[in-house]
Amino acid sequence: MLAWTLYLSFAGAVGMFLLPRENLRAPRVLALGMAVAGLLAAVGGALQHPIGGGIVVIAKQTWIPSLGADYFLAADGISLTLVLLTGVVATAGVLFSWNIELRPREFFAFYLVLIGGVYGVFLSFDLLLLLVFYEIAIVPKYFLIAIWGSTHREYAAMKLALYSFVGSALVIAGFVAAYVVSGAQTFNLLELAKFEYPREFQLWAFPVVFVGFGILAGLWPFHSWAPTGHVAAPTAASMLLAGVVMKLGAYGCLRVAMTLFPEGLAAWRGVIGILAVIGIVYGALVALVQRDFKFVVGFSSVSHMGFVLLGLATVTTIGLSGAVLQMFSHGILAGLLFGVVGRMIYDREHTRDLDQLEARHLGRALPFAAVTFVLAGLASMGLPGFSGFVAELSVLIGAWQRFPRLAVIAGAGIVVGVAYTLRAIQKAFFSGAEMPSPDPFQAGHGESAISVPEKVGAGLLIACTVVVGLYPRLLLDWIVPSFNSPLFDGLRRGAGL
Amino acid sequence: MTWIIRNLWLIPALPLLAAGLGALLQRPQRRLAATLSIGSMAVAFLIACGGFAMTLGEHTERQVHNFPWFQFGETLLQLGWVLDPLTASMLVMITFVGGLIFIYSVGYMARDENFTRFFCFLSLFAAAMLGLVISNNLLMLFMCWELVGLASYLLIGFWHHKPSAAAAAKKAFITTRVGDIGFLLGIVWLYHETGTLLFYSDGAGCLEQGALAKLVAQTTVGGMFVSTAISLLLFCGAVGKSGQFPLHVWLPDAMEGPTPVSALIHAATMVTAGVFLVARMYPLFNAQFTTGLTQDSVLPPISTALQVVTWTGAITAVFAALIAVAQTDIKRILAYSTVSQLGYMFVGLGVGGPAVGMFHLLTHAFFKALLFLGAGSVIHGCHEEQDIRRMGGLCKRMPVTFTTYAVGMLALSGFPLVFSGFWSKDEILHSAMNWPVSKGPFILALTGAVLTAFYMTRQMWFVFFRPRTELSLGRGDGVHDFVPHESPPIMTLPLVSLAACAVLLSIFATPVWPWFDAYLAGHLSELHLGWSGDAATGIVMVLSIMAVVIGLGSGWALYSRVGDGEAIDPIEQRFPGIFAALRERLRVDEFYEITILRLSRIVTALSDGVDRFGWSACVDLVGFLTVGLAWMSRYFDQIFINSGFDVSCENLRGLGRLAGRLQNGQAQRYLRILAFGVVLLIVALAWMGDSSR
Repeated sequence: MLAWTLYLSFAGAVGMFLLPRENLRAPRVLALGMAVAGLLAAVGGALQHPIGGGIVVIAKQTWIPSLGADYFLAADGISLTLVLLTGVVATAGVLFSWNIELRPREFFAFYLVLIGGVYGVFLSFDLLLLLVFYEIAIVPKYFLIAIWGSTHREYAAMKLALYSFVGSALVIAGFVAAYVVSGAQTFNLLELAKFEYPREFQLWAFPVVFVGFGILAGLWPFHSWAPTGHVAAPTAASMLLAGVVMKLGAYGCLRVAMTLFPEGLAAWRGVIGILAVIGIVYGALVALVQRDFKFVVGFSSVSHMGFVLLGLATVTTIGLSGAVLQMFSHGILAGLLFGVVGRMIYDREHTRDLDQLEARHLGRALPFAAVTFVLAGLASMGLPGFSGFVAELSVLIGAWQRFPRLAVIAGAGIVVGVAYTLRAIQKAFFSGAEMPSPDPFQAGHGESAISVPEKVGAGLLIACTVVVGLYPRLLLDWIVPSFNSPLFDGLRRGAGL
Repeated sequence: MTWIIRNLWLIPALPLLAAGLGALLQRPQRRLAATLSIGSMAVAFLIACGGFAMTLGEHTERQVHNFPWFQFGETLLQLGWVLDPLTASMLVMITFVGGLIFIYSVGYMARDENFTRFFCFLSLFAAAMLGLVISNNLLMLFMCWELVGLASYLLIGFWHHKPSAAAAAKKAFITTRVGDIGFLLGIVWLYHETGTLLFYSDGAGCLEQGALAKLVAQTTVGGMFVSTAISLLLFCGAVGKSGQFPLHVWLPDAMEGPTPVSALIHAATMVTAGVFLVARMYPLFNAQFTTGLTQDSVLPPISTALQVVTWTGAITAVFAALIAVAQTDIKRILAYSTVSQLGYMFVGLGVGGPAVGMFHLLTHAFFKALLFLGAGSVIHGCHEEQDIRRMGGLCKRMPVTFTTYAVGMLALSGFPLVFSGFWSKDEILHSAMNWPVSKGPFILALTGAVLTAFYMTRQMWFVFFRPRTELSLGRGDGVHDFVPHESPPIMTLPLVSLAACAVLLSIFATPVWPWFDAYLAGHLSELHLGWSGDAATGIVMVLSIMAVVIGLGSGWALYSRVGDGEAIDPIEQRFPGIFAALRERLRVDEFYEITILRLSRIVTALSDGVDRFGWSACVDLVGFLTVGLAWMSRYFDQIFINSGFDVSCENLRGLGRLAGRLQNGQAQRYLRILAFGVVLLIVALAWMGDSSR
């Protein structure tokens, strides 16, 4: 069932080119159909997944016998959570791209390829296959930004692509080394994880692979692709970029780097914890002084991803579960925030400058956008009742057990998070600036009201964050048992999980 | 397990439902919005009374209802609610005072275009506050704690078209959040140590004997008990929420919100959540390592945490009362007074335990809500004027408001015998005098009592008594002038009800019948007819009465001669420097502005600069170097390798030409070359043969 997520996405991408060129409507309908079908497949797969965890094999075929690489798809609770996230964000992303009129076939084709690649990464348990999907996911991002993007799009697209490829290069190097050193003639992750690599090898292989993936997760100081990339990307692409592509990196860190090299992790996790906390505070501080609305959200992503990395560095069940939950939560919220800023505001106002928006009284002109952003902002500042609170609290509890000082600093980062969110909310929607014209509804230049697809997309994302916030067991019942699977044996032994 | 305890969640759920429905209403559906909110509060009040009745019996057990929320491996996180005297008394107070304030708001907000949204927010607040009170889990308490903060943010900024209101809302949220970091870390630490956040759970809760014994058995930095350290972290949250020094700065600014909001949130309920927190966590704050120590141990008999609570409260009580003396905005005076009274509550908790602090909390909730609503009535009647120097003579124009306000003012000042404020303050003073650690808090509290009576007299004089000659009041510019009028009955009826309570509550904590102390402790007290107190009780009572009389008398003596609102304040005449400093609110805000805020601005600008120029520059530099390397490679390729190729080709061609020239068909040259070659060969062979030998 779960495998259909990626087959449908790729099929949709191919199907785009069978559509008539002049029809602007057909591509988005097809894309929505495929995204929803993917989401349904994800939900269906999740419902079939046994509560209480374990790794469920989906498909296993010999692929390249000479290398020992298999077409090996499987899922545990962690994959499941992220596949669900991808389905939700992909659906919302199409709804927020309903107004694409420039070459929609190509746009949605790239979009679906990206989605398919992401699903593939989350489901691959063969390293070579994982790598192939990883690269498939990276390439469309370049085109989505370079063709449909805005501010400095070529620069941003190139920066993003280069960063990604540097990361992949490190990951490939690490994989090859792991393959050779193990001598097991297999890329099967479950087999490799059983192998105990020599300590000296782990000490350098771990940081190589971790940083390789960490670049995509916004690991400080390799985060600087993220804000420029998010800002330049078209709405749907920044939703995907912050919503799921950053999760690819964090997922790779957890799934590969940490399971293969537990001793390397044990040696380096203090450093990772420090970098993560720097990312939390630093991202929040920088977000506090941005003038471009999208930059605020972009840097907030760096800050929130810091919690994911901090959770990973704790290597406690609660911290790791919190990290996975935070991946889900941030994916939903980043999607929502970028949707509001990119689609609801920028497409109508043609500016993202907070100082200019201050004079436009969007709270009155676009009340739906205001309410949505306020809810998303509250959720993102970790207000109880939304998903972010449970996730960040779990990470903090885990961090307290390992690095109490870092937990304190991360706590301070949360306060800065409140400050930049409130600042953005007030500047963009509820400023006290003088009305430029007597009629408040004139202020929005007669822009169209928020459309139905936007409302549906926003509603979907808000529903997800509230449901998970109030009833986190929904996901935690899958996530937590995943850490008991044989894949994490090494982690339990080496790092005292 | 009775119906009430299982369904205690209904109390917060009803206002929450009202808030949810209210959010769906359209602007014109005012009547429906108000009916929903008030109705939900009324039903919640009835259930709360039922719960209260249940706790009245002799030796009633504390009742809890827990249920699992989520699970991490073996660790199970449970939520739940608790019904004990502490919760029940708070529930009744919140639903009763809250309901009256809701009714009052119908009149006060009658002309506001966002009337329905106002009631939606009020209901949301009430739901969160009631949830906070019934929580049997520190995490659930924290969640509601944040939600009341959110509701407070929304309501302070309700008139967000005023920049000052928007700024005040943001300031309130962020300042309290600063305290909340401590709170959150305290929660995390407590969970780490005890593995539970439930307060009471059949002996396994974090406030029960097992967990406390574990917490006091360990020490941490500076030799503090872990229990003390956690208590202090939790207290940070209380300091932020309850506006204690040094995080009090948001509370006076919060007066930018509509007056019913000030009455409900910033006087009666939300700001007292910090006091409630300490009262709820009292076993933890009070925890001491006692077993195994000899009599002459060096440990003080009062835990460090409670000492910090007491001193913070005592300092705030005097500090805020001093500032209140020099303020001219009717609501700001009350706001500083609230800060000061919250200080008293903390002193009460510190020196006398939960009953003393909580009783003052309850009495204060009634009379301070009364005062705020009275102030709202005055502001309403004076057409949004808030400066007490531009009011005057209102005692005849607004008789109901005046009478009820006077009751509230006397209760706040602690006027003897028939006003509840006297008894609750007297209890605090009494406990403070017997406090074994220091007499400092007692003296500070007594000073605060004098000041309180003094600034309230000053306010009463300016607002109600000051004789006025002109018909209309205001700024005399024809635009801001007004003729004051009494408020409608929907606003005065809540005033009368609250005034009645401010008097009646005094029954419950006199030394003759200390019912409330006994009630919170879980047993019923007997009525002692006749004098039951010792000599100290009498002395404190006399001192307390003296303080009130001095405050009232000196206030009256100083101000009753001031006829003109624009005249220089009598204190300013004598001590211009001190008065100016007090009027400037001792420049705490300015101090924060030049220290913390400037620092944070520098740090953020620095981070931004580093990111914009530092990291970006590094990345661009790498890119630039790469491109440079590419160009270099290109030129290298073109000049060296490529030209090498070209040159080799050229050479090859030249060689070909040379070879071509050789083959010119002249036999003599061929032979000559052949001969030369043969000779060369022979010489070479000879030499090699020679050397091989």
